[in-house]
Amino acid sequence: MSGDGQPADAEPAATAGPAEANIPDDADVDVEDIDPEAADSSVEEDAKTVPAGLPLRVQNLRKQFGGITAVDGASFEVEEGSLTGLIGPNGAGKSTTFNCITGVHQADGGTVLFQGEDITGRKPHEIANRGLVRTFQIARELEAMTVLENLMLAPRGQVGERMLHSILPGLRGDVVAQETELRDRVWETLEFFEIDHLAEEYAGNLSGGQRKLLELARALMVEPDMLLLDEPFAGVNPSLEEKLLDRIHDLREQGYTFLLVEHDMDLIMENCEHVIVMHQGKVLAEGSAEDIRNNDQVIDAYLGDEI
Amino acid sequence: MSRVWNAVPDFFKQSDLRMVGGLLLLVYVVYALVNGFFAIVNNAGAVNAVVNSLASITFLMAVYAMMALALNLHWGYTGLFNIGIAGFMAVGVYASAILVAPPSGSPPGLGLPVPVAIVGGVLIAAIIGGIAALPALQLEADYLAIVTVGFSEIIRLTLQASHFAGTVQNPSASGYNVVSIFGVEFGTGGGQGITTISNSPMEFLFEGESGPTVLGQAVYPAADAIGIPEPVVLDLAYAFFLLLVVVSLYYVLLLRIGNSPFGRVLKAIREDDLVARSLGKDTRGFKIKVFMVGCGLMGLGGILWQGSFGFVNPNTFRPILTFYIFTALIVGGAGSNTGSVVGGAVFAAFLFEGPKLAARLIDAVAQLLFGGLPAPNNFYAAVVTLNPIAWLGYLVENVASLKFVFLGAVIVYLMQNRSDGLLGDRKEIASSVDLSQRPERPSAAADGGEPSDTAPSQGGEGS
Amino acid sequence: MGVTEAYREGRDLVVERPAVWLLVLATLYLAVDLAGKLAGVTLTVGGTQLVGGDLAVSTFGRFMKDGLIVGLVVGLAGVGLSMTYSILNFANFAHGDYLTTGAFSGWLAAYVTAFVTLNANVPFGEIFLLNEPALVSIVSTPLAVVVGVVVSAVVTIGSVLLLDRIVYRPMRDKGGISLLIASLGVALALRYVIVIVFSTNTRGLTRTSGVPALDIPAIDGVVPLDAHEVTLVLFAVGLMLGVHLLLQRTKLGKAMRAMADNKDLAQVTGIPTERVVRATWIIGGGLAGVAGFLIVLERGTLNFNLGFRLLLLIFAGVILGGIGSVYGAMGGGIIIGVVSRLSLVWIPSDFARVAAFLVMIVVLLYRPEGLFGGVTTA
Repeated sequence: MSGDGQPADAEPAATAGPAEANIPDDADVDVEDIDPEAADSSVEEDAKTVPAGLPLRVQNLRKQFGGITAVDGASFEVEEGSLTGLIGPNGAGKSTTFNCITGVHQADGGTVLFQGEDITGRKPHEIANRGLVRTFQIARELEAMTVLENLMLAPRGQVGERMLHSILPGLRGDVVAQETELRDRVWETLEFFEIDHLAEEYAGNLSGGQRKLLELARALMVEPDMLLLDEPFAGVNPSLEEKLLDRIHDLREQGYTFLLVEHDMDLIMENCEHVIVMHQGKVLAEGSAEDIRNNDQVIDAYLGDEI
Repeated sequence: MSRVWNAVPDFFKQSDLRMVGGLLLLVYVVYALVNGFFAIVNNAGAVNAVVNSLASITFLMAVYAMMALALNLHWGYTGLFNIGIAGFMAVGVYASAILVAPPSGSPPGLGLPVPVAIVGGVLIAAIIGGIAALPALQLEADYLAIVTVGFSEIIRLTLQASHFAGTVQNPSASGYNVVSIFGVEFGTGGGQGITTISNSPMEFLFEGESGPTVLGQAVYPAADAIGIPEPVVLDLAYAFFLLLVVVSLYYVLLLRIGNSPFGRVLKAIREDDLVARSLGKDTRGFKIKVFMVGCGLMGLGGILWQGSFGFVNPNTFRPILTFYIFTALIVGGAGSNTGSVVGGAVFAAFLFEGPKLAARLIDAVAQLLFGGLPAPNNFYAAVVTLNPIAWLGYLVENVASLKFVFLGAVIVYLMQNRSDGLLGDRKEIASSVDLSQRPERPSAAADGGEPSDTAPSQGGEGS
Repeated sequence: MGVTEAYREGRDLVVERPAVWLLVLATLYLAVDLAGKLAGVTLTVGGTQLVGGDLAVSTFGRFMKDGLIVGLVVGLAGVGLSMTYSILNFANFAHGDYLTTGAFSGWLAAYVTAFVTLNANVPFGEIFLLNEPALVSIVSTPLAVVVGVVVSAVVTIGSVLLLDRIVYRPMRDKGGISLLIASLGVALALRYVIVIVFSTNTRGLTRTSGVPALDIPAIDGVVPLDAHEVTLVLFAVGLMLGVHLLLQRTKLGKAMRAMADNKDLAQVTGIPTERVVRATWIIGGGLAGVAGFLIVLERGTLNFNLGFRLLLLIFAGVILGGIGSVYGAMGGGIIIGVVSRLSLVWIPSDFARVAAFLVMIVVLLYRPEGLFGGVTTA
């Protein structure tokens, strides 16, 4: 069962992802990391029942703080090119789930697969570099850096991030050339989000809504495959909210995948084709907005008299 | 402070070079006038006194500018609150001194050539910095402060200990204290100190093995003719070498590090480490690199500074030295490279040497007016005279202590009222290109260049 | 799942914190070695001495006694540092110089008292500048010592409140690093005001030998405990008990504990925070001043660097005990004192302070919440 079975079982999981090739080293480590028995069954099952195009798969995620269980065996999937909403009452474990997916917290159990690769317990920068980028609930702009600098920071694979390239006369030319290219992309992105008039402002001087736009723009500069947005509309005025939504829909049509944590039920119901409801650290229900609206459990647990 | 800044002619504000040049000019004029005045009052040679004072103030301005620049990399750019600078300087100075000392000396060393010793000293300082960086990866700023100052004291106390001094070289003697690693024997000199790599770094330019070189033959007689002795020529040459060559190199290096994608990540670490990590930056690696480079620069600074006196002991590297360098950077403005240079110069000329100069001036004026100030020999004796002139005399006499009170007050004032220093609020954009330059395209109608994009709505502009 | 978890936890401990295990092993080794040394047992393997050796029990006793005494002073001084760290949110680098302030003011008062009671035939200037050697002792001038303790507390409290008023209070809304840097400025200014008055001379203020001593019998000798040390212990333990009662029994003490735990919460629930801040400075400053006075009583000598040299040891104690915890500061101080002296069993005295600083750094790295766990305040 275990000896020969393992590599065979790991293969389909790795190839399930659309883009990344299977890296044998990683696959070995991954399989060793998880309980072989459990891993076999879940991976096997996924490979059989799930069609291609599920960039993010969360399986049985658990996280405890002290004696409190914040996430208690949550499992869900996000479809490629979808705008998926994650909702739930306060303390349902949404943010903790987010933090476990993005490596800010170490999960106590369970697996997170991105593009078929196990990213459980990876460090935040490793996860971002695989193409899974997040924004923060309270916009964390880099205050004493300008909007331009904020965006220039994000792109991956900048040669100038190697110190010697930035210092040495012969090599600095490459850095300048790449930065000139990036600058053009940055301006395009600023124009796309209509914050180009703020380009040279310090990020700290922006309004709450503008900061959210900046964060999304910055995340986009990483050229991710998938974006995790943590309450992107909190504290944003209605006109800016609409603008932000327009941009998210535009980007989705271009093929980006979104997972959205949000407090505002109506917003999620109107905009997301797939909705996941969390309650007390577990996934309570999953489906289209219509399914969720008609789900008795959800109504009992969360919506109550709101609808 | 803003009033002072407004009074500066616009000419000097137009470029950084003019600003630094103007500041140096101001310092030189003040020092030349005051020291010339002293010489005349004391009937001494005015030219020699003035040149001598300019050499020493240039040296101090240069070393503080150099160190402030190195610290700016840690604190200004990356937000790493390293208050163990003195320790890393000590590592550089001691490592180079040990590498250069002859194997037969007391303490013994490795007998390597000077350039190798300098490079070695810098590398060792960088490696020790890398080790000290490990706590920097996980500690908050104030904990890092305590750890680094503790680290610096550990270095100083270790250098001071007689255990590794290398002064008792007879293996059978009871206090045998030569360090031996893989057969290489050396010692730190312990509390007695150690001979550094040089006591007159510029001598080789002017004096060969057999008398003065061509340069020496040209310069010495000319200097002598206007009353400047040879040692002063050497001091002056070294001071300007530090100011014009070394500080410029540090500045360019820092500018290149800062104005680049690398520097941008450092800034992001300072602002919010988690954001940098969430954007895919391995901030640990960046911090270790920055710590190593900064500590290497601090080590080099130490070698060029304390290493140029010919002799040094561990007490030179007390935490107060770190405090001086921090004050210089805070005065100039953390985060700004030009600010670091300006801060180094202002600190050296006005805060560090200023009180001494003022005291001498008061003393000289008093001497001219009524034959000198009374000089009570202790506080009690001064107080019981009930004579304000005697009190002034006591303070002038104790200006070395008064200086520290003044420095402390300046720091408190700056932290309360202007924590950005003189130039810390300037925008120095971290990029190798001018970011404000927009790509030239027909119109800014901008559908983002993305193929399948819909036209952006003309919705309300952000507030 | 259980297997996975257990495996992960085990891996985390060994992989991520190997240093912790190394430290535990090293500590165990030292303990066994010490026991061997005391028992005079040596275990030799292949020509190298593995553990044991020879250490007189009385020598060990002396190390312990010296360590406890230094530790009491460090612990006493640490209470204030810990409280200001948690309530005002900054590492106060001027705290060491509060000890120096207490030492000079207290000894000045003691000298003046002794001058009056002994009717000494010395110029008053020499008394004022503390230049007359060894005038005061607990045996010949007990009143002077008591006056010194009281005055050291009062003057230090006054200076600390004044400094808070002009330096720290206008900065309440600034970050911890701004306050830390300002405190470096305060430290320097305070220290050199003292130098301007008293100069940089080191003076001997009381005898360290010839003071009546109690010989505590140890197996192979005695551990002498002299009257000054007894005085120090009595005052230090008494003050620590006083702080304990204050924190546990009074409304103010409860408010202080609440604030140290959660400043925002305390503000919301309406505890007068400025009043608590003032109380913090009064208690912390008073204890620091007395600590400065007492350490001189034991050492006999005083110079302007006294407090600054102790500062890092005090920080070490506070960190060891867990920042914000008053009892932790006391316990941590005592441990640091003992460590710095007991380390002499293995290393030369040049490195006693190095050992204490290393302990501090290691604790910060591997157990930043302190040895006694994450329980803040009391």
